Amino acid sequence: MEAWRFYKKTLVLVAKGRPIYYCWCALLLFIMAVGLWFYMKQMETGLIVTSMRDQVSWGLYIANFTYLVGVAAAAVLLVIPAYVYHFDPIKEIVVLGELFAASSIVMALLFVTVDLGRPDRFWHLIPGVGKLAFPDSLLAWDVIVLNGYLVLNVIVPVYILVNSYYEKEPVKSFVIPLILLSIPWAVGIHTVTAFLYNGLAARPFWNASILAPRFLASAFCSGPAMIIIIFQVIRKVSQIKFSNEALFKIAELIDYALFINLFLLGAEVFKEYYSNTIHLAPLEYLYEGLRGHHVLVPWMWLSLTFNVTAFLLFLIPRTRRSLPTLNIGAFLIIVGVWIEKGPGFVAPGFIPDPLGEIYEYFPNFTELAISLGVWATGLLVFTLFMKVAIPIVRGDFVHSKYAKIASKIEPK
Amino acid sequence: MAGNRYSRRDFIRMASVAALSGFGLSGVSCKKADLEEFLQKHYLEMTEEDKKRTIKRLEEKYLKKYGKQFTISTQGAKPGTLWGYGLDLSRCIGCRRCVYGCVKENNHSRYNPQLHWIRVLRLPEGSLINLENAEHYYDPALVPEPGYVYMPVQCQHCENPPCVKVCPVHATWKEPDGLVVVDYNWCIGCRYCIAACPYKGRVFNWAEPNIPAEELNTAVHYLGNRPRYKNVVDKCTFCVQRVRQGRYPACVEACPTGTRKFGNLLDPNSEIRYLIDHKRVFRMKEDLNTEPKFYYFFGL
Amino acid sequence: MYYSKQQDVCLERVNMRRIVLLSFLLSLFVFCWVLDGRAKEEDFPVPRPPFSEGIFPCSNCHAGMEANTKRRELKEEHTNIQLKHGSVSRWCLDCHDATNRDMLKLASGEHIDFSHSYELCGQCHGPTYRDWKVGVHGKRIGYFDGGPRTYFLCVNCHNPHDPKFKPIKPEPPPFKPLYKYNPAARSGK
Repeated sequence: MEAWRFYKKTLVLVAKGRPIYYCWCALLLFIMAVGLWFYMKQMETGLIVTSMRDQVSWGLYIANFTYLVGVAAAAVLLVIPAYVYHFDPIKEIVVLGELFAASSIVMALLFVTVDLGRPDRFWHLIPGVGKLAFPDSLLAWDVIVLNGYLVLNVIVPVYILVNSYYEKEPVKSFVIPLILLSIPWAVGIHTVTAFLYNGLAARPFWNASILAPRFLASAFCSGPAMIIIIFQVIRKVSQIKFSNEALFKIAELIDYALFINLFLLGAEVFKEYYSNTIHLAPLEYLYEGLRGHHVLVPWMWLSLTFNVTAFLLFLIPRTRRSLPTLNIGAFLIIVGVWIEKGPGFVAPGFIPDPLGEIYEYFPNFTELAISLGVWATGLLVFTLFMKVAIPIVRGDFVHSKYAKIASKIEPK
Repeated sequence: MAGNRYSRRDFIRMASVAALSGFGLSGVSCKKADLEEFLQKHYLEMTEEDKKRTIKRLEEKYLKKYGKQFTISTQGAKPGTLWGYGLDLSRCIGCRRCVYGCVKENNHSRYNPQLHWIRVLRLPEGSLINLENAEHYYDPALVPEPGYVYMPVQCQHCENPPCVKVCPVHATWKEPDGLVVVDYNWCIGCRYCIAACPYKGRVFNWAEPNIPAEELNTAVHYLGNRPRYKNVVDKCTFCVQRVRQGRYPACVEACPTGTRKFGNLLDPNSEIRYLIDHKRVFRMKEDLNTEPKFYYFFGL
Repeated sequence: MYYSKQQDVCLERVNMRRIVLLSFLLSLFVFCWVLDGRAKEEDFPVPRPPFSEGIFPCSNCHAGMEANTKRRELKEEHTNIQLKHGSVSRWCLDCHDATNRDMLKLASGEHIDFSHSYELCGQCHGPTYRDWKVGVHGKRIGYFDGGPRTYFLCVNCHNPHDPKFKPIKPEPPPFKPLYKYNPAARSGK
């Protein structure tokens, strides 16, 4: 009964907000509806409505999936520095970080789902009911670790939040192990996702041992960069206080990761160009163009420019410690890493294809609309999470004070 | 024991699926046949009884869809057989008769999407390994063209198939006679196998197949040339419907130059064994350790 | 010696007769065996040879004709035949029998049927003949196991007078990845 009352109150909390909140949600719902419409069309006609073909059989969806798994992993890894540097709002960081991770995983899973040809047969993936090919298939591993990660990142913040709601201290012996578990698990999801590509001898571009480390390094850039932006937004719309110092510290961490990422890229570029075997082709395609095909070349150079610029911005203390340049840097990283790790990673695995054919994949409007729909879904999920979590964390939405807060959240 | 296990499994399946049918079957009219198809078991877990029922349902479905009575075989692998393929690079003239012979025999979608299980590559003379020199779309008035060699590629039926390893739901497997097959009713369409195949041996039904009714081949095998579905993966089966009856695959018969050879690798008197024993053979991308059962050789 | 010379001679004669008889029987047996063996080896399931229309049996025209064994250019008949098959050292009657026009002739002088032409080809093309017999050269269709099959003759693919395989028109290339085929547009034409 009490639980039901909590849910009801939560629903009320979610349903009420300032006009900007309604606008934001309406916008997201509209994008979701458009995406859904295109998705229905894709289901009805088949994946032929996308630009994917046998030559390049994964595209924007799987690119986004890869990126978001990284983001999800990094969001939780932020918990470590929060502990190490004794950031003040540690509980907030854990809760927000994990909820952000959960939202990212929701998006990642949705991206896999929209990429599936036969989502109606998803039950074939359920162990015991279907025939999940564990441990043979890395995709089976991914199904398990991603869902496990989702559960973990819902349980921990929800547990903390519900306890806060009842004004109780969370049982440390229960929650701390879970938080600690989520840290290696975060590394795990991104490693498994890297191995998913890494294990394919048919695709030399992916079949490089440097892949998993590179994935982690780039995830450590894009995830925290998003968090920098999101923390500032949260700071604006709620009364939660994050010190600038925490943001600058995150930026410093990003810079280390960015350096490693650029270094690993350099290592790969050196190996391929110096040895100059036919496996150079995908890299050549990315940065120079291959036999007259160069759709991705400007994007890759843009990405490299963004990453290097952001690296410099975050390296120089003056630009790192000023909010405008910090935000520019964060934005450059989010976009730069997305290009590098999404389209710049998935497509060249297929170019040239195993029989030497070059098909220049470029996502079409359907894929774009569906992808935006998924992003909107993730953002909506995160917004709703925040709508409930922030008042709880702030101590406004608690069991005893419910009556008080009900009046407080009314638009002024 | 096994019976118990399966019935329990069936129960779980029914229960879970009933719970989720709101999602799974939305947009599908909830007819009995559809539900049965939705709940259909993995081919390797079907009893003879299940198979019969499935075949009957499929035949009815095809009759309704194409207006033709199909005969769907579930003939299993013959003991003591391991199929192998030989292709004489000295003879291939790149005429693509095999490609279209295969299309007809195996009920491929003709357009939107166009499905081919065989790709014929044109390589400049002096090059065989670096496929980046390959031209797939050559279209001269006459073949062979001077200065080029031709190399048809299809599923190599690896003994160590990477596509099978990566499939997250075991929708594809290697049969006892070495054929790598797909259960088109079990594939979830993730296309991981396409990414894993070093030979482009797998293709995807990007939409519902377009097959002219008058050109349908109604003698089909469940694991082979029966008409496929949209959004599932698909591949060469060495014409499982033919070879298990002792017939040459369609591509062998379509070839005007006798480039293509086929036989049982376990039979020392077979054509394939003779050519492996007496000719110089190689297999594509042997360095990947996939152990293909597709042997390229030089008759001259 | 306790037997007479007469007896001796007699015995010898009997022995001789036996030997002759035996050796005759033996040679007959060997002959039959060889014939049998040959027949077995030649028993390939080949299709009817690809004769030009209305040309066979050759004796229809050649029966009343006296064979002209002189090597020359054919001006009245068979003018379509351009011998591009070792034409310096070979001509018609090396393979076609002068006395029985419906048969071919091996180097040994033995006559063979047109459906056994591979033996004739095999005289010069030994390794190819060997490969053909085991199915590595040439084309086979039908059942390789448990049913009827057909082995294409050499002359099904190679014109014996001009054996080089002629270039042919290839079937169309596959559609490019994003190509959309419009069946209505084609049927409207």
